Amino acid sequence: MKIIDELLGQLPFATIELKDKTYTVSVPKEKLYKTASYLKNNPLLSFDFLMDIIGMDYGDTLGVIYYLSSTRFPSYIIALKTTTDDRENPLLASISDLWESAGLYEREVHDFLGITFVNNPDMRRLFLRQDWKGYPLRKDYDASPELNPVPLCNEDLEDMENMPVTEISVEGERLEHHRKLFEAEDYVVNFGPQHPATHGVLHLRVALDGEMIKKIDPNFGYIHRGIEKMCEAYTYPQILHLTDRLDYLSGTINRHGTCLAVEKGLELEVPERAHYIRTIIDELTRIASHLLGWGCMAMDMGSITAFVYGMRDREKIMDIFEETCGGRLMANYSVIGGVMNDIHPNFQRKVKEFIPYMRKMLKEHHLLFTGNPIARDRMEGVGYLSKEQAISLGATGPTGRASGWSNDIRKVEPYAAYRHADFKEMLRTDGLTFDRYIIRLDEIEESLKILEQLIDNIPGGAYAAKTKAIIKLPEGEFYQRVEGARGEFDVYINSRGDKYPYRVKFRSPCMTLVNTLKAIAVDTKVADLIMLGGSLDYVVPCIDR
Amino acid sequence: MFHLQTVTQWIDEFLRTYLTDGWALFIEFILIGVVILAVYAVLALILIYVERKICAFFQCRLGPTRVGPFGIFQSVADMVKILLKELIKINRVDPRLFRLAAYLVIIASICTFGAIPFDKGIQAIDFNIGVFYLLAVSSLGVVGILLAGWASNNKYTMIGAMRSGAQLISYELSCGLSLMTIVMLSGTMQLSTIVEQQAYAWNIFRGGIPAIIAFVIYLIAGHAETNRGPFDLPEAESELTAGYHTEYSGIQFGFFYLAEYLNMFIIAAIATTLFLGGWMPLHIPGWDGFNQVMDFIPPVLWFFAKAFICVFLALWVRWTMPRLRIDQLLNLEWKILMPVSLLNIVLMAIWVIWII
Repeated sequence: MKIIDELLGQLPFATIELKDKTYTVSVPKEKLYKTASYLKNNPLLSFDFLMDIIGMDYGDTLGVIYYLSSTRFPSYIIALKTTTDDRENPLLASISDLWESAGLYEREVHDFLGITFVNNPDMRRLFLRQDWKGYPLRKDYDASPELNPVPLCNEDLEDMENMPVTEISVEGERLEHHRKLFEAEDYVVNFGPQHPATHGVLHLRVALDGEMIKKIDPNFGYIHRGIEKMCEAYTYPQILHLTDRLDYLSGTINRHGTCLAVEKGLELEVPERAHYIRTIIDELTRIASHLLGWGCMAMDMGSITAFVYGMRDREKIMDIFEETCGGRLMANYSVIGGVMNDIHPNFQRKVKEFIPYMRKMLKEHHLLFTGNPIARDRMEGVGYLSKEQAISLGATGPTGRASGWSNDIRKVEPYAAYRHADFKEMLRTDGLTFDRYIIRLDEIEESLKILEQLIDNIPGGAYAAKTKAIIKLPEGEFYQRVEGARGEFDVYINSRGDKYPYRVKFRSPCMTLVNTLKAIAVDTKVADLIMLGGSLDYVVPCIDR
Repeated sequence: MFHLQTVTQWIDEFLRTYLTDGWALFIEFILIGVVILAVYAVLALILIYVERKICAFFQCRLGPTRVGPFGIFQSVADMVKILLKELIKINRVDPRLFRLAAYLVIIASICTFGAIPFDKGIQAIDFNIGVFYLLAVSSLGVVGILLAGWASNNKYTMIGAMRSGAQLISYELSCGLSLMTIVMLSGTMQLSTIVEQQAYAWNIFRGGIPAIIAFVIYLIAGHAETNRGPFDLPEAESELTAGYHTEYSGIQFGFFYLAEYLNMFIIAAIATTLFLGGWMPLHIPGWDGFNQVMDFIPPVLWFFAKAFICVFLALWVRWTMPRLRIDQLLNLEWKILMPVSLLNIVLMAIWVIWII
């Protein structure tokens, strides 16, 4: 795009490359903050959505890649790169005051690569224990169990509450101090790690004033499996099995995204039939996920019947999956070049039966819960999230769309068979809990429309392209965005020409959603906190990876 | 009409022929105690089974099916399990208060249960201030809940207990006021007299509009008193795991559980007694044939049928509605139910003076 070229040209210190809609902008580390702030604040560019921060170990240098997307040109991506030579005490400027989501991403990079971000107000480790030795994603990491034995005691609360901050004084001296998370007289209640309403093993430490919430501190990592580290030792077809286990409720979508990224690298032509089948499976997954999200939110508000209704309808989709994919929750269906098997002979008939059934049941769902005066009273006027805040927090998916942020990757950058389907991107403007609630039910309806258009038009031919027995990706970086059920799911693969990737990073839509909860649940009541958690619909294995 | 009273009178005469009056009374006291406890426990089992089946019906499920035909012995099996379970000793609780809380809750519930007239003369205590007694004793339960929350030394239980305190004390008001409306109509607080008065028209018919309003308010407020959804904030399992009884285990938890179910029945029984004619069959003045047919059905059955209809209403609401938030809960009571009940008392006064 010409205007982007021109405006990026105003950065004399940056080297710029363009490769199909992705600008790679490399800057020296001193200019990082300035560049990021320019890209974000220039109204003609407005690259104001920070998709992800990826920490890299290049061997002799450490680096960070910031993936940015623009609300003006949503299909263009900027990969802002910087490196540091210092492996002992790597310091980089923090951009946490530019983006609300950056603080958390920087903590993740710090946790895994040991890069300290100057001026980030909270430089604790994110997933690992505070007393963990070494940085796992560095290539020279020592994984011996003697160094980090299995801990026999709980993590000390004192450690968890101390937030280290690093600053650089005017004279260039490194200053370190600690901030306390809670004040001494705060009434701190632990929601989790084992709690009925955290949708997984999430630990929220909440400071309360009576029923009112003063402060929330999410604690991650209870089910961290190190998937990104595992990927570095697995071949590409093996990696696919891990992706289903990220956000297990939209597993097929994650897997689809990873396949697309690898196929992008291989420049592999995928048969049209595979595209159609993948899209249909994705949409079925989305419906199943939204149904569960709806039910869980209702259950968080105390209506258990609604949860059972959601599960009942979801069961139909699981049955369809079982027949075609063999798995129910972990479908393991997409493979590099297509899908694992052809669809079951009953597949089309069952999907066609499901569409009118779901339409009927949606009416029932509205009747049971949407119209309920107590439910309406509780959802309306609570948990306001403005559009600007949603972008800054990186709250993608239905959450962002409920605030009026048009961010549907299926529309922005159509992949697979979405370009053949006619559907609307659901947008609401109020950004309240009720909007986040109703948008999911609306999206189910849109997904049904997509299914209706595609199911009869699945083209013939092969269901998968032929691939080599050993898949080697050419050297380079491959980034793929797909629309998961909870938000944008991105896959970053860095290949050095091997059959193993050099570095894999998955963007977790749920991590930013928990950060959103932290922002919008302050000054609401305990009951609202649980309900807001339900309305954001995060899944913890997606955060913990 | 076949009254259970004939049985009790026969037992009384039988005892008195062989024993002195004092000993006969003593044995009768013991008998009554045993019977009340037994009925209390059996009713709880039935209620648990009924709730599970009805809830399953609302949720398109089958409910218990394995233990016995249609799963009817499921709650018996559960009872045996809960009796055999270990009482976990919890560090840093106040052990005396912790135990006392469970007893207080169940004692309050049993005391209320004893005063309910199941049939003519089948009532452990029949004072001239029966309604007062019911209100006073049933509100003792809140002390147990507050104690449980405090003694557990846990933040969830504390929040649950505080919510419960605010909720029960508020809803006691409209509960009491709506019962007072009926006391105005009856002119007495003695439960047996109130039931006798309803021989030809249940209070809900006799009292007209104010009685209907009072009945609805009583059902709402009474439902809130039982701490069940949509008013289950003190427990709120999605927020506070189990609220005030988070730390309890084994039979101590069983006491809370029993009391919860029985309180639901007690609220239904009080509603039956005061509004729906208690054990009195449905009589329509002038229709003698119809009245005689109705009399063939034993009064105890009438009582339980009415009470279980009220229980069904409670379950229906419980399994349909989401939970209220604490401020909405208190708004409902103090801004809607309370003023309406006060007005309703005035309305009832007008009704009693000029219309009846």
